[in-house]
Amino acid sequence: MRAATSEIWSRRDFLKALAAGGGVLIASCADSDGAVFTGRDKLDPESWVLHDFLWLAPTGLVTILAHRSEMGTGIRTALPMVVADEMEADWDQVAIKQAIGDSRYGDQNTDGSNSIRGNFERMRRLGAAARDVLERAAAAVWEVDVRTCKASNHKVEHAASGRSLGFGELVEVAIELKPQGKSAIQKRLKDRKDWRYIGIGVGGYDMDAIVTGSAVFGGDIRLPNMLFASIERSPVLGGEVAKYDKSAALAVAGVEQVIELPFITEEPFMFQALGGIAVLARDSWSAMQGRAALNASWKTGAANASFSSDSYNQAMMESVRKPGTKTKDRGDVEAGLAGAAQKVEAEYSIPLLAHACMETPTATAEVTEEGCQVWSPTQNPQAVQDTVAQTLGLSKKAVTAHVTLLGGGFGRKSKPDYTAEAALLARETGRPVQVLWTRADDLQHDYYHAVSAQRMEAGLDDQGMPVAWLQRAAYPSIASTFGAGSTGPAGFELGMGFHNMPVAAPAMRTETGIAKPHVRIGWLRSVANIQHAFAVSSFADEIAAAGKHDSYQAWTKMLIGKKTSGPSKHIQRLLDVSEAAASAGEWGKELPRGRGLGFAAHHSFDAYIAVVVEVEISKAGELRIPRVDIAADVGTVVHPDRVRAQMEGSVNFGLSQALFGKLTALNGVIEQTNFDGFRLLRLHEAPPQINVHLTASDGTPTGVGEPGVPPIAPALCNAIFAAIGKRVRDLPVDPHDLSWS
Amino acid sequence: MRITVNGTAHDLPDVDPQTPLLWVLRDNLQLTGTRYGCGKGLCGSCTVHMDGMPVRACQLPMSATEGRGITTIEGLSKDGDHPLQDAWREHQVPQCGFCQAGQLMSAAALLEQNPKPTDKDIDAAMTGNICRCGTYQRIRAAIHTAADAADSTDQGDSKEGQR
Repeated sequence: MRAATSEIWSRRDFLKALAAGGGVLIASCADSDGAVFTGRDKLDPESWVLHDFLWLAPTGLVTILAHRSEMGTGIRTALPMVVADEMEADWDQVAIKQAIGDSRYGDQNTDGSNSIRGNFERMRRLGAAARDVLERAAAAVWEVDVRTCKASNHKVEHAASGRSLGFGELVEVAIELKPQGKSAIQKRLKDRKDWRYIGIGVGGYDMDAIVTGSAVFGGDIRLPNMLFASIERSPVLGGEVAKYDKSAALAVAGVEQVIELPFITEEPFMFQALGGIAVLARDSWSAMQGRAALNASWKTGAANASFSSDSYNQAMMESVRKPGTKTKDRGDVEAGLAGAAQKVEAEYSIPLLAHACMETPTATAEVTEEGCQVWSPTQNPQAVQDTVAQTLGLSKKAVTAHVTLLGGGFGRKSKPDYTAEAALLARETGRPVQVLWTRADDLQHDYYHAVSAQRMEAGLDDQGMPVAWLQRAAYPSIASTFGAGSTGPAGFELGMGFHNMPVAAPAMRTETGIAKPHVRIGWLRSVANIQHAFAVSSFADEIAAAGKHDSYQAWTKMLIGKKTSGPSKHIQRLLDVSEAAASAGEWGKELPRGRGLGFAAHHSFDAYIAVVVEVEISKAGELRIPRVDIAADVGTVVHPDRVRAQMEGSVNFGLSQALFGKLTALNGVIEQTNFDGFRLLRLHEAPPQINVHLTASDGTPTGVGEPGVPPIAPALCNAIFAAIGKRVRDLPVDPHDLSWS
Repeated sequence: MRITVNGTAHDLPDVDPQTPLLWVLRDNLQLTGTRYGCGKGLCGSCTVHMDGMPVRACQLPMSATEGRGITTIEGLSKDGDHPLQDAWREHQVPQCGFCQAGQLMSAAALLEQNPKPTDKDIDAAMTGNICRCGTYQRIRAAIHTAADAADSTDQGDSKEGQR
């Protein structure tokens, strides 16, 4: 039952007199969540806008801004869903609008598994603030106490009189009201038992568009008069072109221009366009054909041209065989090792890895007198603004960064180098330009996950428990991408499962070795946790085997150590998920030779994850993975199906990395150019069964997108050891001979 | 050259007949649902149908499509209600979604040939389609669901999709 709209109109003049002026401009302050404008929307004067983030139209349509990027986690659905829940909006009457890059929306860098962690409470408050205004608006219309007005499912109800007003009918009144501040709204948040979407979930907002082919990814932007560009870059980082055949490229049908982009020859490379020879054509295919005709040759610096994986990896391993730079030192490690009943040593390595998003980097740009507009699949639209502004010498305000859907991100698309390329070409040509990276471009010019070497030593007591623990790591640092002169791991990387590894040992020392960068190093889904978890969880399994203990049981003892006061809350959560995975994964079940279970657990991005992987290996050495059980404590589960999907995806991502992930360099050039060389997991190789077990929790939500990845590789390798007694310490697994008799 | 896509004939006199179908679809016909992933027929993102058979559009010169009917994701069903599209919604298969057009086209060709595929049949038919997000388990489940739905209802009788 809806009240007559005339009732609202009769109130409007009264309210206008009450609160003169259209909009409420709130300066950014601690009590406003940083959002700025509330009132009558300037572009759509019939609508109410709240904090520049939420619109309500007279039709009842609620439009919510998605300020984070959608790369497959479901965040574009999940955060607006949180707003809708607190607002008491009906999800069927909610539309989502993707935000451009703009600091007034707060941090938009969709990275570090941070979207829910950093925005859950803020989005709750936004929804609650909207509900609060609408309840006050209804109270004003009915001239009743606001406490008797309750928003429910897209309308406000007055129980005593049985009256109700739809949200859309309250727009004109709401426009005149000032939203309450952060602290007042904090008290108005719904009780979690009243949540209607949080903890339950809704379908993916882009689902229809994806299954019908109408979803717009980076390369799907089409502008009038647009040129398509393909860029030949130096095969060795920091190189410059020596010569190329411009006329041959221009002779290719469809090619319109060949433009040389300035070369960046010195570190740090940061987010800058690398430079290269761009061939611009009427379509992508012609541009690629023209590019092939360039026949470019290069001048390359000696340092990066010397980079070959075999010698580099060996030198890096040598550096962790010697004492390095101490980064953490507790107790007397030497004495512990010397006096141990048993000593265990192992060395682990992981090759260079690429992100290999299914959508290669691509961006579209247009430069006019007003400034530059770019459209790109970016995780970080404000970094796009900064980089494009810097590249073109514009103010940040003159750069409009539109965000398309991302065909995968995994950290690659936090770096806007490819958008800067499009912006440069758009300025040079005066026309809209779309840059598309080929798969070879993507694999050969990535911001790679660093190749790593680690050495572990442990002294065990007569119970097989570690009394001394020495861990050395070497890998080129992400810091090298942003500053010259880096020679090894940086502090922020060591905080990802190295310094804070959970095994309790009375004496512990960590050291780092030497590893200079020769390619751009970046962050890949779960970052340095990948190598640290591999070493720690593999080594824990080796310690258990050395002491002839059950691996899972030994793990729990190693976590608790000799502490008599009981484990910390942190360690207890890791123990709890470990138990959940072991129990669900049927840890301890009898299996014939050739089959085995492997266990690993890891804490990262505030989340606690434990995994049991089951393998089946034929005598000929063919590996199958029939089943994976993954237990996750991610605090409050905001969108259960998407959390499950992220865990399933993490299992497959981790298996892909562990089984096949390997890039190699020869004389500074990455040797792999496509999926025949850089293999990714395929459907028939994926485990038929992934069981996700989520801990029921009302704790603070943790990260979800990344923490599932780190324990997968060690759990797989531990399972291989359990099945056939062979230990894989250097990834990937695929080249290893797993045959047995 | 003349090309027939989703039942519509297009004359493209200016396009080199050796141009791979993928770029004709994306850049000439603005049918951007078919995706570029590798350009070498290794990832399946560009899978379309030619006379009902799955083909990699990045490897197929336009000249090879003469007199044949091409179907892309935009033409898989009129109202987006192919049993596989419904099953994809039901299982909430996609994560980023980029590879999913290719996955759907491969799966649709499979069901056309083999309405009741086993897990092994699905392995064989879908191994050419990479999903970096790792939605494989849901793809498999959704194909079974679509096969069951087609089994129990008449072809073309669509179910209400999940929102």
